[in-house]
Amino acid sequence: MDWQLVADSFWPLLRGGLTGTIPLALVSFAFGLVLALVVALLRLSPNPALSWIGRAYVSAIRGTPLLVQLFIIFYGMPKLGIVFEPWPAAITAFSLNVGGYAAEVIRAAILSVPKGQWEAGWTVGMSPARTLGRIILPQAARVSVPPLSNTFISLVKDTSLATVILVTEMFRKAQEIAAFSNEFLLIYTEAALIYWMFCTVLATGQNAIEKRLDRYVAH
Amino acid sequence: MSRTEDVSNGDLPNEDARTADLLIARGIQKSFGDNHVLRGVDLNVRRGEVIALIGPSGSGKTTMLRSLNGLETPDAGVLELDGGPVVDFAAQAGVGHEAGSDAEVGAESENGAGSEDAAGSEDAARTTGARGWSRRRAAARLAKANRAALRDRSAMVFQHHNLFPHRTVLENVIEGPTQVQRVPRATAIGRAEELLARVGLADKRDAYPHELSGGQQQRVGIVRALALQPDLLLFDEPTSALDPELVGEVLTVMKELADEGWTMVVVTHELQFARQVANEVLFLDGGVVVERGAPAQLFSNPAEDRTRRFLDRILHPLD
Repeated sequence: MDWQLVADSFWPLLRGGLTGTIPLALVSFAFGLVLALVVALLRLSPNPALSWIGRAYVSAIRGTPLLVQLFIIFYGMPKLGIVFEPWPAAITAFSLNVGGYAAEVIRAAILSVPKGQWEAGWTVGMSPARTLGRIILPQAARVSVPPLSNTFISLVKDTSLATVILVTEMFRKAQEIAAFSNEFLLIYTEAALIYWMFCTVLATGQNAIEKRLDRYVAH
Repeated sequence: MSRTEDVSNGDLPNEDARTADLLIARGIQKSFGDNHVLRGVDLNVRRGEVIALIGPSGSGKTTMLRSLNGLETPDAGVLELDGGPVVDFAAQAGVGHEAGSDAEVGAESENGAGSEDAAGSEDAARTTGARGWSRRRAAARLAKANRAALRDRSAMVFQHHNLFPHRTVLENVIEGPTQVQRVPRATAIGRAEELLARVGLADKRDAYPHELSGGQQQRVGIVRALALQPDLLLFDEPTSALDPELVGEVLTVMKELADEGWTMVVVTHELQFARQVANEVLFLDGGVVVERGAPAQLFSNPAEDRTRRFLDRILHPLD
């Protein structure tokens, strides 16, 4: 086992993770959550047309491979005159993807808040939008942390797909080092361990958030 | 406790204020699917009076109560709020389309108006299409405003308190005043603390609802309603979900409010409370008011057989 290579490749890989994988995941998740909230509200809309748009969006995103979505945006869109650099293409694709998956989580979380909470908001004089923002979403947030954490952790790993559209994140670095050193098993295993490490840290963060949001719930 | 001027004359509101109608409901009807829950209910709420709605479950009493603050939209009937709008739900259900009484046309008119369009000539549909659409939009806006006007004058205490679980007691109470009524935060907190002290919960202001007993939660629910300084307090079976030993503390607070001259409509199974506190009792069954009257008369000498049987079942469940 080439320990020297492991040591030499660790920092480049970790740097690839910290400057590529993590920011890509964070930014995409942030945009994706906003989009997901919009899609969830569309799906919950009493207006059949709006509800249909939301449902169609979720169906399309969940029914097609992420890799294909990436290819359409990066390699396909230029045909329509929309040319993305690798980073914006990756962020767009991942955001759209998270928007579809997280929309279902958020929709379910909103529905899990008892109807009486909407009614209480109404009777104290609040508009539906204000009730949603101040009463419903804070309670929905608590319910949605575990499934949204799943979505986020999946996203962290899925960012490795961005390597195929030339984004220099951790896995791209690993491919370069592996090709150069011919130590595929060693380098890819090392990259896998770093992904695992990232996800472990994220799971800890999830626990902290859950604990904070649980403070008002009876145990 | 601060009240609006005309009803705050202590225990003896003057005669004018006492007899002035605050809210008049006429012929309220409501169906859920095939279930005709309300079949034309009339109700007069006079300032400073307590009205108790009693009746078996499914009698429509809760739906009636919820129609008074816009939580339910009746299919037909009129709600008339003193100093506020007259909401004609029959007009909203579709006939307003042709009546030219735009002011009375309300929301949820899509169905009725739509079928009328279909029935009308093609020509008329084509020429009035856009106008009909914008009129429906205007009607929907008006209905929304009417619903909000009903709601803004009242406050409700729920069977299952419906406190905001992620907010402390104090935050629950000041939510409406600060967020909706634009009361300065310090003022709202001052009033909230005063009200909490009144119901014996001053020390719970920073607790979360789940840390309270059922009776305490319900008293906070009452304080949250009072903090809105409404003209009308609505209670939807406020003690039905409580352990028996906690019922008293809630009823005591409600009785105090009645003595202070608050106008209240109370859906309840607590016949003792209705008898002692209400000015008028309405017995509902099958979506209609079977009997109404002063509690002394209705409870001790009911005119209707159905009333008598209901009272018997409640008062002597083992016979």
